[in-house]
Amino acid sequence: MLNQLRPALFVFVALTLITGVAYPYAVTGVAQLVFPYQSKGSLIERGGKVIGAEIIGQNFDSERYFHGRPSATTATDPNDSTKTVPAPYNAGNSSASNAGPTSKALIERVQADAEKLKAENPNAPVPVDLITTTGSGLDPHVTPAGALFQVPRVAKARGLDEARLRKLVEDSVEGRLLGLVGEPRVNVLKLNLALDALG
Amino acid sequence: MTPNGWLQIALFGGLVVLVTKPLGAWMHAVFEGRRRWLGPVETAIYRAAGIDETKEQHWTGYAIGMLLFSAVSIIFLYLLQRFQGALPLNPMGLDNNSADNSFNTAVSFVTNTNWQSYTPETTMSYLTQMVGLTVQNFASAAVGIALAIALARGFTRRQSKTIGNFWVDLVRGTLYVLLPISIVVALLLVWQGVPQNFSAYVDATTLEGATQQIAQGPVASQEAIKMLGTNGGGFFNTNSAHPYENPTPLSNLAQMVLIFCLGAGLTNTFGRMIGDQRQGWAILAAMGMLWLGGVTLAYWAEAAGNPAFTQLGVDQSVTALQSGGNMEGKEVRFGIAASALFATVTTDASCGAVNSFHDSFMPLGGMVPLINMMLGEVIVGGVGAGLYGMLLFVIIAIFIAGLMVGRTPEYVGKKIEAKEVKMTILAILCLPLVMLGFTAISSVIEPGLAGLANAGPHGFTEMLYAYTSGAANNGSAFAGLSANTPWYNYSLGVAMFIGRFFVILPMLAIAGSLAAKKIVPASSGTFPTHGTLFVVLLVGTIAIVGGLTFFPALALGPIVEHLAMQAGASF
Repeated sequence: MLNQLRPALFVFVALTLITGVAYPYAVTGVAQLVFPYQSKGSLIERGGKVIGAEIIGQNFDSERYFHGRPSATTATDPNDSTKTVPAPYNAGNSSASNAGPTSKALIERVQADAEKLKAENPNAPVPVDLITTTGSGLDPHVTPAGALFQVPRVAKARGLDEARLRKLVEDSVEGRLLGLVGEPRVNVLKLNLALDALG
Repeated sequence: MTPNGWLQIALFGGLVVLVTKPLGAWMHAVFEGRRRWLGPVETAIYRAAGIDETKEQHWTGYAIGMLLFSAVSIIFLYLLQRFQGALPLNPMGLDNNSADNSFNTAVSFVTNTNWQSYTPETTMSYLTQMVGLTVQNFASAAVGIALAIALARGFTRRQSKTIGNFWVDLVRGTLYVLLPISIVVALLLVWQGVPQNFSAYVDATTLEGATQQIAQGPVASQEAIKMLGTNGGGFFNTNSAHPYENPTPLSNLAQMVLIFCLGAGLTNTFGRMIGDQRQGWAILAAMGMLWLGGVTLAYWAEAAGNPAFTQLGVDQSVTALQSGGNMEGKEVRFGIAASALFATVTTDASCGAVNSFHDSFMPLGGMVPLINMMLGEVIVGGVGAGLYGMLLFVIIAIFIAGLMVGRTPEYVGKKIEAKEVKMTILAILCLPLVMLGFTAISSVIEPGLAGLANAGPHGFTEMLYAYTSGAANNGSAFAGLSANTPWYNYSLGVAMFIGRFFVILPMLAIAGSLAAKKIVPASSGTFPTHGTLFVVLLVGTIAIVGGLTFFPALALGPIVEHLAMQAGASF
């Protein structure tokens, strides 16, 4: 039995050096050379300041912006480090709601959110993605239905023509890959950047 | 359910079948020693470690090597976490980990479970992720492949005392199978948007002027082997739902194919080793039937949506503008079909990565991953572990067929006798014992109940899922369960340990015993094991063994929750 102790130690060290050091560093080297933007996190800069990551959702509360989906991420309570407080779209601490389908808390939260949305736009049914929390807490997308639903509110807040906004949303829709893989979606951060550019 | 959804599922299935044969041929060549393009590296390792690569081992020697390697791995990974605060590559200054969490994580990654009771981005330094966790992503997968090859050798050898050399199998599997594919996939993932850097977390100023901290890291290199090695431990807490781990529908499709590709390929390798590829295809066909059943149920349940939401005026229908269905805990870019498919695939195999949160699935949708794991993850399964798990069920199926006709059962030329059947039963029984035993204990003690996030039957399912996932070495979770407590960390650690090694040891004993037997030529009385009849018998055996064992527990969890939901109840 002891005659296998040396192989165990040496093979472990060798595999650690190969797969734990050489491999990640080699991938990093090539990745930063070939895909510098993606490997550094697809960060968007404006005037030398990072304003977010293209593929990470961020929190929007203002009437003047399109909102992302509800997010269940939290942060440490600044007043009590043993507790957490809600902090939507905290990309330093991703998490999901993990609420089960028969959870009373979930159904009550959905009811409150749905009523708020109905008040915003009474003329359309509430799209399901706008009242369900994202898996990562950081979903960068809403469905096209979810974006179009918000057009009346944003148009009113900005004093813009609804038809013009609807066109902006429709132009922002990313379709399925080859018309087959994935689901149609709208990147909320990019849509809002386009919205700001509109004036 | 939509035609497009089914097309996406069919595309996935087609891709897996497409890669099965080339990967099977490749692995066959590697483990016969015919592919050695890193020969000098390989030889240098053997020389330093004092390994005679031409010398094969008896099954006990093979097992001792595997156990010693696992022990060294567990100790190193435990210590790395306990001291990470004082070590380099820790730009966020993360602290040392607690003893119970370090123990749980060390066992978890060495047993290919990759259960995570912690939040990686606030817990694990880049050094721990890379030198600790990434290494075990490779090593635990390579060990699994080595064991499957050893068992396959048992079927092919004639009156042989040995079943191969563990060290050679381990090194070759890593160097020639896992590493090259991982390098290519890691770069593909970076192209799609997965970060690969060593920067501190970025503080962004959002459009509304708030500060958003965005975690970074060497994600792609770990992500690739996480999927390929059916490990499943995420670089981030939300795993493959996180846009940095799985940014696009293309990365999602690639990740799902990666989960299945080596397990499917090994069925072909097995066929080649015993000289009849049809045997491998028959096994894959049985796996395929069980996969299709699972994905159909999960897709149907999730697409139907939550009846409680419909009453609130929420639109869950499928239109050109939305994928509808139960979107709680899911991501828009994946929608319903690709989320249900991912959940099925990750638990058919022993992967445990998630792109949507199983805890928020509909009761019957969440039951699919649960059942997949209860069946022992033999539907393609973990790399290596799936094949040897399935071969154990093959032995049971053949044994039952033999009883029916009153003839000594045989499989691919080997007589299956009392010793093999006893060992198989031992391996198959230890899983339900651990899964149901620990769930029962947790249901009646305070530290067990304290972790529940959901009330009612769903809470019971959270515990059942945790121990099923641990013992089956899956690692996915009904993640509402607060498992980073001493009770769950230690008890799940034990469940993972038993689920891995108490299956492997009887399995290696079978390999040794089979290798020592003669090969009996097929006769007119031999039950052909490459035809439809055998596939149906195998699927039936798995369903009956699993069904009889777990139906009562399922009735208390997801089934009663489904009925309560239909009646409008909430908890």
